[in-house]
Amino acid sequence: MTTREMWVAYMTIVRKESVRFLRIWPQTLLPSVVTTTLYYVVFGTFIGSQIRGFGDFSYIQFIVPGLVMMAVITNSFSNVAGSFFGSKFQKSIEELLVSPITPFLVVAGYVTGGILRGLITGVLVLSVSLFFTHLTIHSLILTVVFIFLTSLLFALAGLLNGIYAKDFDGVSIVPTFVLTPLTYLGGVFYSISALPPIWQKISLWNPILYMVNGFRYGFLGVSDVGVGESLFILMSLSVALLFANIYLFKTGRGLRT
Amino acid sequence: MPAALSVKQLRKVYPNGVVALKGIDLVVPEGEFFGLLGPNGAGKTTIIGIVVGLVNKTSGTVEVLGHDVDTETSQARASVGIVPQEFNFSIFEKVINIVVDQAGYYGIPRSVALPRAEKYLKQLGLWEKRNSAARMLSGGMKRRLMIVRALIHEPKLLILDEPTAGVDIELRREMWVFLKELNTAGRTIILTTHYLEEAEQLCRSVAIIHQGEIVEQGLVKDLLSQMHIETFVFDLEAPLTSEVEKLLANFGVQKVDSHTIEMSLGKDETLNDAIAALNRLDIRVRSMRNKANRLEELFLHLTKKI
Repeated sequence: MTTREMWVAYMTIVRKESVRFLRIWPQTLLPSVVTTTLYYVVFGTFIGSQIRGFGDFSYIQFIVPGLVMMAVITNSFSNVAGSFFGSKFQKSIEELLVSPITPFLVVAGYVTGGILRGLITGVLVLSVSLFFTHLTIHSLILTVVFIFLTSLLFALAGLLNGIYAKDFDGVSIVPTFVLTPLTYLGGVFYSISALPPIWQKISLWNPILYMVNGFRYGFLGVSDVGVGESLFILMSLSVALLFANIYLFKTGRGLRT
Repeated sequence: MPAALSVKQLRKVYPNGVVALKGIDLVVPEGEFFGLLGPNGAGKTTIIGIVVGLVNKTSGTVEVLGHDVDTETSQARASVGIVPQEFNFSIFEKVINIVVDQAGYYGIPRSVALPRAEKYLKQLGLWEKRNSAARMLSGGMKRRLMIVRALIHEPKLLILDEPTAGVDIELRREMWVFLKELNTAGRTIILTTHYLEEAEQLCRSVAIIHQGEIVEQGLVKDLLSQMHIETFVFDLEAPLTSEVEKLLANFGVQKVDSHTIEMSLGKDETLNDAIAALNRLDIRVRSMRNKANRLEELFLHLTKKI
């Protein structure tokens, strides 16, 4: 394929994926906005007003970056996992498998769709937070880099899940039993400095802790872990998952008999 | 000029140990209308799956118009269009989007794909349904949609896996005409079918595959000339009497019912001989037909069903 043909093929997947989640926005974009608004109301306003803040910041200012990150992670992951598994289930994935499109472009197309949904949801959730608190931006670049890399990583993870999933349970197990616990325990609602030392050490094994803290650093300029360390972990995991997905496409694992 | 399809020593062993293909050799020249025939589970769909990239082969080589599917994957895939046996499109997607998106996967921009989609959708009677979700189409329409989708990148080789399964007779005949036109225009067509009448009508040459091996391959007319017997069914004007029935039985004639008999003729016997014999017994024939089409009899013979 020529470069232009590759661009057309890539944009075809991106357009298809974007139209899909925008068309069914009450199922894709709205739920995160509603859920996060409830978090703002309950944890931020009702309970948060009785919790002392972190340094110069109120409790709601502290949890907003984590809640935005939670929405980004969930949406990037579930968009790709759900859409890709749906294509497998209906066998329409064969439309791609018989075409000359390269494995990298298929991965890139699906992942871009996941990133777009993650970022749109993130912006919506962040916009809603302005009704409850005012936000400070410590580093716009780091904020953008962290939200982008996190949506990239979880879009890639969603694709991996979609490739391996054999049924609808296989798509819902990871978000329910892996992503949600790791996100809740990833410092969304608290600083790990408040935990006993043993739990602080255990928390450091949770990759989501680094994403939440990196993103929070972009807003507040405070973090439980090193920002450079967080960026390194995010980028390393993204590269590893990118190659894993391309390898699986090339060999046809879970796709070809 | 390279063959449209060249398959050498193709083997496929599935992870569960089932040997689907036992070293197939197959060459389909460019411009051919080729039939791949065989009973269920013979390996037809596995061969097609390997050619188009849906099945991983165990060993062997496959070339599409001279492009090796392993080393020149992109060119090989761009040269072939596939109409699979089962529906494999998103049922929630609009007809026009299914076709135009497929073009996009081949790098064809929408500005080129849209007029081309219009041309093929009109040819196959689907243009009025272009904005309908695929789930709203009838079975025959879904099959035609897959033909349009397979043609949208204008492949030189078109492979159809049981394209007329579940399609009514009128529509089947229309599809035959359409496929013949495509072939006449220079496109190579490979067809698998259970309707052997279809293969006899459409294909110039066929390969018969059985239990992962090709048991016969060649021009349809040459294969049919190998046949040793042909069975005819005679509808009689009057019911058979018991005496006549006994006499006929001595000549190997089968009674189907009181007004119908079956007679198998060897290669050296003529229909005139059969009619003359019936005349001698004062049996009047109202009508006559082949019991099965000739290719079907050959197929059954080769796959050791008779």
